[in-house]
Amino acid sequence: MTGGTGDMADMADRTGRADKESDMADGAEQGGAGRDGQAPDTGGESANGRAPSRRSLLGWGGAGLALGAVAAGGTAAALRTGGDAGPAAADATAGAAVPFHGTHQAGIATAVQDRLHFAAFDVTTDDRDALIALLKEWTRAAARMTAGDAVGDGAVGQLVEAPPDDTGEALGLPPSRLTLTFGIGPTLFEKDGKDRFGIRSRRPDALTDLPKFPGDNLDAARSGGDLCVQACADDPQVAVHAIRNLARIGFGKVAIRWSQLGFGKTSSTTPDAQTPRNMFGFKDGTDNVSGADPKALDAHVWVSGSDAKGSASWMAGGSYLVARRIRMHIETWDRTSLKEQQDVFGRDKGEGAPAGKKNERDTPHLPSMLPTAHVRLAHPDSNGGVRILRRGYSFTDGTDGLGRLDAGLFFLAYQRDVRHGFVPLQRKLARHDALNEYIQHVGSAVFAVPPGVRGAADWWGRELFTASA
Amino acid sequence: MRALRPSVVTAAAVAAALTVVSGCAAKSDGKGGGKGVIDVTASDSACELSAKEFPAGHVRFAVRNTGSQVTEMYVYAPGDRIVTERENIGPGTRAEITAEIKPGHYEVACKPGMKGSGIRQKVTASGKGADAERDPRLDAAVAAYRTYVQQQADLTLPAAQKFADAVRAGDVDAAKKTYALSRVGWERTEPVAESFGDIDPKVDVREDGLEDGQKWTGWHRLEKSLWQQQKISGDDKKLAGRLITDLKDWQKRVGTADITPTSMANGAKELLDEVATGKVTGEEERYSHTDLLDFQANVEGAQKAYELLKPVAAKNDPELARELDKQFASIKARLDKHRDSGSDDGFAPYDTVGKGERKVLSDGVNALAEPLSKLAAAVATAK
Repeated sequence: MTGGTGDMADMADRTGRADKESDMADGAEQGGAGRDGQAPDTGGESANGRAPSRRSLLGWGGAGLALGAVAAGGTAAALRTGGDAGPAAADATAGAAVPFHGTHQAGIATAVQDRLHFAAFDVTTDDRDALIALLKEWTRAAARMTAGDAVGDGAVGQLVEAPPDDTGEALGLPPSRLTLTFGIGPTLFEKDGKDRFGIRSRRPDALTDLPKFPGDNLDAARSGGDLCVQACADDPQVAVHAIRNLARIGFGKVAIRWSQLGFGKTSSTTPDAQTPRNMFGFKDGTDNVSGADPKALDAHVWVSGSDAKGSASWMAGGSYLVARRIRMHIETWDRTSLKEQQDVFGRDKGEGAPAGKKNERDTPHLPSMLPTAHVRLAHPDSNGGVRILRRGYSFTDGTDGLGRLDAGLFFLAYQRDVRHGFVPLQRKLARHDALNEYIQHVGSAVFAVPPGVRGAADWWGRELFTASA
Repeated sequence: MRALRPSVVTAAAVAAALTVVSGCAAKSDGKGGGKGVIDVTASDSACELSAKEFPAGHVRFAVRNTGSQVTEMYVYAPGDRIVTERENIGPGTRAEITAEIKPGHYEVACKPGMKGSGIRQKVTASGKGADAERDPRLDAAVAAYRTYVQQQADLTLPAAQKFADAVRAGDVDAAKKTYALSRVGWERTEPVAESFGDIDPKVDVREDGLEDGQKWTGWHRLEKSLWQQQKISGDDKKLAGRLITDLKDWQKRVGTADITPTSMANGAKELLDEVATGKVTGEEERYSHTDLLDFQANVEGAQKAYELLKPVAAKNDPELARELDKQFASIKARLDKHRDSGSDDGFAPYDTVGKGERKVLSDGVNALAEPLSKLAAAVATAK
């Protein structure tokens, strides 16, 4: 990976201009994450604690409801009615709003929320103007919903003969740190050899089609997509409301191709927080890229000005997302001895410590692990320093008709260039990882995630559709 | 079918409530006939009334047929909803008709020869709470839609008769051939038929929609016999006769349905709801797999209502009208891909339509139904 100081200077320069273009605080999401880093006492779990919303009182809330959450609820309720979030609206505040506008899109470096609703869309119109109009309307709706406001003219109080603009199930709920992150798939640039919207020449090389990896058993109906929206929130109802309303706005222009609910985060972008466990009961991704580490983000996650050259310059400040639906063979895993489970991961199950070490965050000694251990294969030291920002969620979509849980990991990873991030890592894991006996990749998609929306007049994808190459 | 569907009626009630609030009380200085009796003189070429404005309430019409033909007399509310009627008034005879008439504007029609729309006279029943006068284009839309609904019922009866005759003859093949075609008129106007509440459960209920103790009657019971059991029982033959009786009841009453511009628009949306919940899933015609013909009929009925409301809707919300035009064309193009000239109903059996193809249809339904859900507001706000 590249990522010298020149790129960072370039980023800083663009950040400065963004400030002038809008009245938004610069990189507000990073600011929030930064505060986590500086004040570990108020970061970590409390960052992910829920406000005492109606949902959590009804029982959605589980472990992890911070002691401070009740007190924070008042703040959250007060913030909810606000419009554009100001710099004071820390995303570390339970239930609060995460600023929608900024240099980068929220929902990447943002402290990982508890719940996910991810949707991939097919664009069904072939009218470029209609698509652009939709992206503008989506952006307006997203800005409102992430601030905790209802879509359009609201859910009630309008003409009774008409269905309300907003579907209403998030009425009275705090913003719940909702983030909506928008991405563009390879098929928007070209499909069946056709330049659908006159943007074929702007497809970045870094948005590569993923190769077939050994063991892949991909379902086309759960793969790909022209567009995607990742909705993350601390309240599942808020995340589902967001996707539902965007899908509704999109009828006639886009159609949901597939979607995925995630009920529990499996990664953390806040190093001081407890690393969540996946469905195998293990902590994974301990050494994730921190949302509070701008250097690491610039080196591994954000597309730099020099990465995004020529016709791909619209991606500067963006990132690339790989989404994989990874089915876990829960029942066979559960019959596996603790020793084998720990050998497969290369970690101790209780503490999460690397093999032979005491604590989760002790520096791993890779040769102490089996050559096929997951941690050893995935570690940056085994991959020339390659790191990706993982933001995955556990899912359970009921059962599979054979009496087994249809469960696993919905893997989400952000990176600066898919060719140097997920592709080489997964090539290696697909060939050698001992975990492969217990998992199967059944869905796959890759998206270019454009830079942040800079202000009220800006919209998702503007750089792609309007910038001159 | 749907077990319970009050929305057409409810929508009408909402519209009525709104107009009551905004309506101005009509003057009550009109001259009525003696003791609240309106004399109607019906000749071959005229329909004369002793009063055209009278107090609302219990009203008696004394009709005298001075013409040479048998005549009939109707009182129509706006949109040609039948308030009361009397048929077969012979030349030189008299008849008396009474009705409870609410404040508002009506038309009295004499129909010499008992055909056509008759010779009309505008009348006003005065009193508190009379409806404000509506945009005449909307009244015309409602009247035209009412005619359409009646035509669909009139066309259904002979088609259903063919089907029933085949069942009663025990001819499984002939019954299968005529089954789907007998349902088209019903499917085009289903929300209006359903507004009566009692007819739909008799003729169009599916097995899963039955209540405990309810006897299963109607099209779908026969569909199951024909396609799943592949034979016709004695009970089926009786049910075929019952189906005709129930459809005749519908044909007779459908003209009295309370139709408003709002209920038309909501009815169009409900037809798409029918497609979304019953046809696109293949649940409606689970044995015969003739869902696509129902699908088309639902879309046609929705489009008819839309086209009639379009002059007003396009003025209030031109963008909505453009979108609806586009999406109606799009859904028809999607349906056209499944035409099969070799099949009895003109469409491929739905069980041969794959999951991906069904999604294409479903996406088209969503694309049309979403803007269609805004049509009611576009006509409700009409000045």
